[in-house]
Amino acid sequence: MSQQNQPLILVVDDYQDAREMYAEYLQFSGFRVAEARNGNEAVEQAFALKPDLILMDLSLPGMDGWEATRRLKADDRTKHIPIVALTGHALAGASEGAKKAGCDSFVTKPCLPDDLVVEVRRMLGAARHA
Amino acid sequence: MHHEDLTGCAQASLDWLARVANVRRSVCLAVDAESGMLVGLAGYGVRGEDVELFSWSVSDDDGSLVAALSRQQPAQVRGTRGNGHVVRTLAPTPLGVAGPIIAYPLRGTRTHEQALGLLLVRAGVDATPDVEWLISVLGQKMEQIRGRGSLAEELRRLRRERALFYTIINSVTDPILLTDTEGRLIVANARAERLFAATEEESEGRRRAVELNNMLFSAALSRSVVDAPAEARELLLVDPSDGSDLLFEVLSSTVEDPREGTGIVSVLRNISDLRRATEQIEENYQKLRVAEGAARAERDRLNLIIDSVADPIIVTDSGGATVLMNAPAEELFTVGLEAPSSAQRYVQANDAHFSSFISGLLLGESGPGEVRRGEIGLSNPNTGDPVPVEAIAGKVTTDTGELTAVVTILHDRREALERAGLFEQLKVASGELQMRVQSATAELATQNELLRRQAIELEQASRLKSQFLANMSHEFRTPLNAILGYTHMLLQGVAGEVLPNVKRQLTRIDSNGRHLLTIINEILDITRIEAGKMPMQITEFNLNELVPEVMAELDPVISRSKLSVTPRLSEGDHVVQSDRQKVKQIVVNLLSNALKFTHQGCIEVAVVLNPPERTVAISVTDTGIGIAREHHERIFEDFRQVDDSPSRQYGGTGLGLAICRRLAHALGGRIALRSEIGEGSTFTLTIPMEAP
Repeated sequence: MSQQNQPLILVVDDYQDAREMYAEYLQFSGFRVAEARNGNEAVEQAFALKPDLILMDLSLPGMDGWEATRRLKADDRTKHIPIVALTGHALAGASEGAKKAGCDSFVTKPCLPDDLVVEVRRMLGAARHA
Repeated sequence: MHHEDLTGCAQASLDWLARVANVRRSVCLAVDAESGMLVGLAGYGVRGEDVELFSWSVSDDDGSLVAALSRQQPAQVRGTRGNGHVVRTLAPTPLGVAGPIIAYPLRGTRTHEQALGLLLVRAGVDATPDVEWLISVLGQKMEQIRGRGSLAEELRRLRRERALFYTIINSVTDPILLTDTEGRLIVANARAERLFAATEEESEGRRRAVELNNMLFSAALSRSVVDAPAEARELLLVDPSDGSDLLFEVLSSTVEDPREGTGIVSVLRNISDLRRATEQIEENYQKLRVAEGAARAERDRLNLIIDSVADPIIVTDSGGATVLMNAPAEELFTVGLEAPSSAQRYVQANDAHFSSFISGLLLGESGPGEVRRGEIGLSNPNTGDPVPVEAIAGKVTTDTGELTAVVTILHDRREALERAGLFEQLKVASGELQMRVQSATAELATQNELLRRQAIELEQASRLKSQFLANMSHEFRTPLNAILGYTHMLLQGVAGEVLPNVKRQLTRIDSNGRHLLTIINEILDITRIEAGKMPMQITEFNLNELVPEVMAELDPVISRSKLSVTPRLSEGDHVVQSDRQKVKQIVVNLLSNALKFTHQGCIEVAVVLNPPERTVAISVTDTGIGIAREHHERIFEDFRQVDDSPSRQYGGTGLGLAICRRLAHALGGRIALRSEIGEGSTFTLTIPMEAP
């Protein structure tokens, strides 16, 4: 299986341990992975790399995940890319806020890497069918 | 006919004529040659007076009667007046009728000479042979008697006497009557005739009245004759003119006349006015008595009123002497003779005080209606206690302003003074109370303000706490996410083959990490519920379907426990409207508790419907260790277990039941517990079929 044919996942998280953990497990699961530490980097990487899916932590320094999602979904070049929101905030309204910003799916931390891969695969399958 | 005197002869003739020929009215006139007058001799059916006092000068050619004397045949004459000898005689002829009268000339043998007299009857009476015969007989008789020369002298004397007699009795204003013993009228004066005689021409009413009077008089007369002839009696008659009552006093006396027989003379005295006066007096007397009675009643009532007044009342005359006092006044101003001397002195002193008060009013010049007020210090004569009174005195004056009495009311001021004292105390107390209330109110306001601020602070604190916990939860999750994630990756063999003992240690890290996550999640739940940020998602679902789901979720635990868990569902499908996820969360919690605290036996999960109350109950019954009664409340508190010592036997956060109870409340329901130590426990969640 050629590396170039594997879907490219952009993992956006300011918390290094979490970002690298998910990145490592996604690579272990056979995906190509790119990383971003904040909203600005996420938007730049997305435009540059055109990933197949973005894992977006919402609480980010500088431009946060909501703003980054809005920008990406507002741009023709990136609006087709599925965005899965990741958040440690379990309070009511968090998922609605994410959906409003344009996220296609919502995952609450803590989320085991295995569960995350399941969700990523599900979203990619849905995007392909769309 | 053997009447010697002409009058008697004429009268007998007329009586005969009435009897035989039914001539009800007739008069016989004769010519007195010496006086040259035509005079009345006798009459039938006419007033005797009119006949006897009738006289007409024969030389008076003007009269038709005089002309009739010269005639041979009966002539019709017109009515004429008497010549004024007796003024009263106003009838046109002695016959007393206005209509035509026939005058028959009376002659003896000398038929060519002027007639000796006239027989007057009413026109229309047939000149029957009886009349013709009587005229001739009467004419011859008259001639005979005149021939003896006795007529004129006798007649004249008689006429004079008669005239005198009538003049006398007519001049008497009282009615005078002479009647026979049967009550028939023989002679009556003018006054009496007005009452007792009426001619046919007079009105019906008048004739009736006369008839009635005659009856009344006859009756009275017969009684008086029988009872007491000399006594005056009263007789009520009718005035024929106007029908009014006339009261008479009748004095009757019997007269004996050798020729006429026994007669009764009655004199009637009109006492109608006297009676009226008497009646008036009687009426006035009655009125006076009524007035007197009213006055007495009024006085009695006044006495009653005065006596019923609790305040002393004294009435004094213009000289200051006491006229009247009521019982309360007597207690102050009178004293018995046997009373102690001290009482006498008090009464004297009271008298002196009162007199000086009254004298001011008596001496002072003032108009009627003036009221004098004053305070007098009296004493109770029996006890000597001071009796301060307020005296109110008013003058009673006549219409002319003359003082007749002074009425004084004494009002006991002790009560008023006492009341005034009480009122003062009350005012002071009230003032104090008001001040206290004011200070209490101020304090209350301060405290209210403090409370309000505290409430605000508490609310802020609560909000801060919730925010803090939410943030903390996030901060906890982030590292925990990495711990659980890497542990998981290691166990998945991402870093290569894991040795069995390492795997066991990694599993410990994993389970402790998960426990920590549970605690964090539960703290977050409580925080959300308390902050009111636990959103309700009401859907329709079947409770019977929920039970197997819960059991499936806990299947790994159930399998490990080796306990039998039996669902007992209600019959039929019962759809409730509630938050499915939260109901499930509660039941999961209750079942996992039952599994945790039960070592052997069985667990039953039952769904029971209560349609009347529109509620459903899900109960979890175990055969576990049970809970002592004193711990039934405590186990629902935050972070509590029956044994919450650090060395406790059973794990868990101690937040499960606290969350369950909060959730149940949020769903409009409750959780009940029935348990005894060693007897197992039953937790029952009851919720409304439609969540509020």
